[in-house]
Amino acid sequence: MSLPAYIRSLFGRFFYRSEVADEMEEELLSHVEHRADDLERSGLDRVTAERRARIEFGAHERYKEESFETLGGNFFDTLARDVRLALRVLRKSPGFLVAAVLTLALAIGANAVVFGIMNGIVLRPLNVPQVETLLGTHYGDGSGFQSYANYLDLRDHNHSFEDVAAFNMAFVGLDKGNDPAAATGFAATGNYFDVLRIHPYLGRFFHASDEHGPNSAPYLVLTYAYWHSRFQDDPGVIGRVVQLDRHPYTIIGVAPPGFQGTILFVAPDFFMPIDNQEQVAPEGSLTARGSIHSIFDTFGHLKPGVTPAQATADVNAIGASLAKAYPKEVSHQATTLLRPGLTAFTGPARAFVGGLMLLSGLILLAACANLGSLFAAHAADRSREVALRLALGSSRNRILRQLMTEALLISLAGGALGLMASVALLRKISVWQPFAGAPLHIPVSPDAKLYIVAVALAVLSGFLFGIVPVRQVLRANPYEIVKAGSSPRLGRRLTLRDILLVLQIAICAVLVTSSMVAVRGLARSLKSDFGFEPRNTMLLGANLGMAGYDNDRVLPTQKRLMDAMASIPGVESVGLVNNYPPLVYTAAFRANMFKDETRDMNNANAASAPYKYEVSPGYFEAAGTHFLAGRSFDWHDDKNGPPVAIANAEFARKMFGSVTDAIGKFCRRQNGVRVQIVGVVESGKYLGITDQQEPAIFLPTLQAPLNNGYLVVRSRRDPQELAAAMRSKAREVDSGLPVDIRSWNDMLSVVLFPSRMATASLGVLGFMGAMLSITGIFGMAAYSVSKRLRELGIRMALGAKRTEVLKAALGRAVRLLAIGSATGLILGILASKVLASIVYQATSRDPLVLAGVVVAMALLGVLATWIPAQRALAVNPLILLRED
Amino acid sequence: MPDQAQLLPGTLDLLILKAVSLGPLHGYGVLLRIAQITGQALMIEQGALYPALFRLVRQGWLKAEWGTSDNNRRAKFYELTATGRKRFTEETESWNRLAVAMTTALAAIAEEV
Repeated sequence: MSLPAYIRSLFGRFFYRSEVADEMEEELLSHVEHRADDLERSGLDRVTAERRARIEFGAHERYKEESFETLGGNFFDTLARDVRLALRVLRKSPGFLVAAVLTLALAIGANAVVFGIMNGIVLRPLNVPQVETLLGTHYGDGSGFQSYANYLDLRDHNHSFEDVAAFNMAFVGLDKGNDPAAATGFAATGNYFDVLRIHPYLGRFFHASDEHGPNSAPYLVLTYAYWHSRFQDDPGVIGRVVQLDRHPYTIIGVAPPGFQGTILFVAPDFFMPIDNQEQVAPEGSLTARGSIHSIFDTFGHLKPGVTPAQATADVNAIGASLAKAYPKEVSHQATTLLRPGLTAFTGPARAFVGGLMLLSGLILLAACANLGSLFAAHAADRSREVALRLALGSSRNRILRQLMTEALLISLAGGALGLMASVALLRKISVWQPFAGAPLHIPVSPDAKLYIVAVALAVLSGFLFGIVPVRQVLRANPYEIVKAGSSPRLGRRLTLRDILLVLQIAICAVLVTSSMVAVRGLARSLKSDFGFEPRNTMLLGANLGMAGYDNDRVLPTQKRLMDAMASIPGVESVGLVNNYPPLVYTAAFRANMFKDETRDMNNANAASAPYKYEVSPGYFEAAGTHFLAGRSFDWHDDKNGPPVAIANAEFARKMFGSVTDAIGKFCRRQNGVRVQIVGVVESGKYLGITDQQEPAIFLPTLQAPLNNGYLVVRSRRDPQELAAAMRSKAREVDSGLPVDIRSWNDMLSVVLFPSRMATASLGVLGFMGAMLSITGIFGMAAYSVSKRLRELGIRMALGAKRTEVLKAALGRAVRLLAIGSATGLILGILASKVLASIVYQATSRDPLVLAGVVVAMALLGVLATWIPAQRALAVNPLILLRED
Repeated sequence: MPDQAQLLPGTLDLLILKAVSLGPLHGYGVLLRIAQITGQALMIEQGALYPALFRLVRQGWLKAEWGTSDNNRRAKFYELTATGRKRFTEETESWNRLAVAMTTALAAIAEEV
């Protein structure tokens, strides 16, 4: 047939199917009528004749279908028929169907969620144009670009970037008229929005041309979300003046809806020019070259043709030359340029997401192995049907196509279900605010990519498990099977199904092992010694800068606040720490310390770089930190007293050899000031829960006042009551001061968040793995029991003992379980090395974990083989043998 | 219908072409004609005719048209197209060659080999 005719026929078949069908039906009926006419003439009555004619005609529907097929272009029809048949077959085994769809829904759902997280965090870090060429240095990389002066040198002397922007975080009190509230903003360089190539939603952005030196640009750009929540989408907001830490700022624009700043996890409320940073954050000096609090990240688009490696070399060269030119202020470590957004979290976040992806991929693989063996069993049960169809002239192709259609139907149903669940979950996660008051968010809302990936996964897994019985079908010899009946030998041979089961159990054991390792790690990190006692401790964060206090009034006000807190009944002790207490917001600062005899205060000569805290008298008592030697600070350690310090044990050991040796000794700060060690406290955790033994040094706040700090209040009173009392006392001191009151344990949850999340997700995956291995073993055991019921019946009739029957029925399943678990355990132990990077103290050489995995897998085995075992034991030989 | 032979694969098409070559026929007529010209020696299930008819139409060897039968019923009548007629001649020759070859081969006796 010519091509146009074929196409016409195809279209005809497609769009005029009913017409074609009607005509065909009419023709076949006409045939039957003609035959009936003949039969009637031979003496039959009409009714009998018609009936005979129909019988002689044969399988009406089949011939019609075959006729359709000869007309060509029947892919969709065949598909429709396959789908109909598949639905019919699946409806006959609802248990199989439900198990298969749920298994896949779980597996694909898990993968979709993990992909959604990866998509949000790793694949599309920032929602800005041409993000591929956007690279920068990041916070804490040691490259030296945390000071504004160094940033300017980077911006002006590099040969790699079109332009370089920078930003810092600013925590301020924002007052739009007698309603001061804490807000989070970015202090950004003038070129920030231009480098990002984005355009305002309303009004205008600030530009490099707006910068005229310190405090010259009191402008504010709101984020869309903040404009929506605090300004109720008021378009008249442009031009309005608000107070930022009691300084007037003019709102000039609103950022576009999708833009949430340049750090993932932090959704700022506004942007302000960095020129004005000193008004709201005195420590973010724009002139001090040695400052490490002026700039958070820097970034820019690479010039065309410049590779990331070249740019990295360029930036490192500038850093090295700055360190050479300003040895006292600048220290430089070689750094790698990264895409902005994750900053220092890039590595851990990638490792975490990668690990999750790997594990959820394993889940999917295990699910496919599971379904594959179920499917193979299903197909084996139908081998007689398949053989009959083959014998009746159906092609193997058609039969395979039929099986594949069933597999794909299941996988698509499972995929759809899983996708719906994961979209719901991701939507929840992306609006989730894990910590009240902290501007944290996890940008993982689902997008088109997610849907594509989920569908692709569903189709892929459908093919994966659908392909398992293919060999079985291709090998099938219709004559043999029809002759021998459907009792396939359960030989001693290792079958594909066995291998799949072992594989699946191994994978599940890996998951169970990993989740146990993670849970144990978290449990241990919660019990570990922080070097302070977070229980019964409230924190009150107060930034006096937000209330417009100048430096002279800071210390007296802080003292008044402390006294006010101490006057609350039930409060045992009160102390103050500048900036943040240990383990709060992953924020800790280090300072270079020098030996007493050092005269050249170069960074290179520093003896140690301990964490540095400024604390008031009473702090250690309030924090519950134990003294090992010496004394605490008192109210005489002020500007008039000699410079003193308290070391932790690690610092004392490093600097002076031992704890007792340290008391009364001197060391020097970078500015050359000699400080005397008057006390030594226990070592603890400062930056994060995964800290090893880190040195730390404590200086008196009275000798280094700062307007931003936390009051530590120890009391056994009910936290709710205490917080209310603290709030009212703080209001008595200054009603316009925004305060942040939370228990230290609440604040720890921020630091523990990553490992909690990791543990939770590993726990979920481990649970899914356990479920999968139960269904896998159960399927295998139940199938083998049902296939061998007759044999078991004969054995029992011949007097076999119960144990022997059990061994015969389930021995194989149990052996496979043992092999799989052992393999999985070994693999899991190897995989735990990866886990150690995410979960604190995740070690697999933990007898409890090993025992736990073995017990868990054994329990799973018992659980999964319980019902089949009962069934095997309940065999009544008489009934069975009679039946068959 | 005693001692009917199974139809060899591929022979139904040729039989249909032959039947129709003698004059336009509707489906049931084709069946009757085949029974007549083979002396009822072949067993054809009635329905099996139609997939073959549709195939031949699709290949362009037959064309079909609705008309009225002797029984005064509506029926679809088939006749050969020009290609179909040419094809029928070729197929007939090829069949004859095969038949002769098969007959000769099966008639061979030991001495002649």
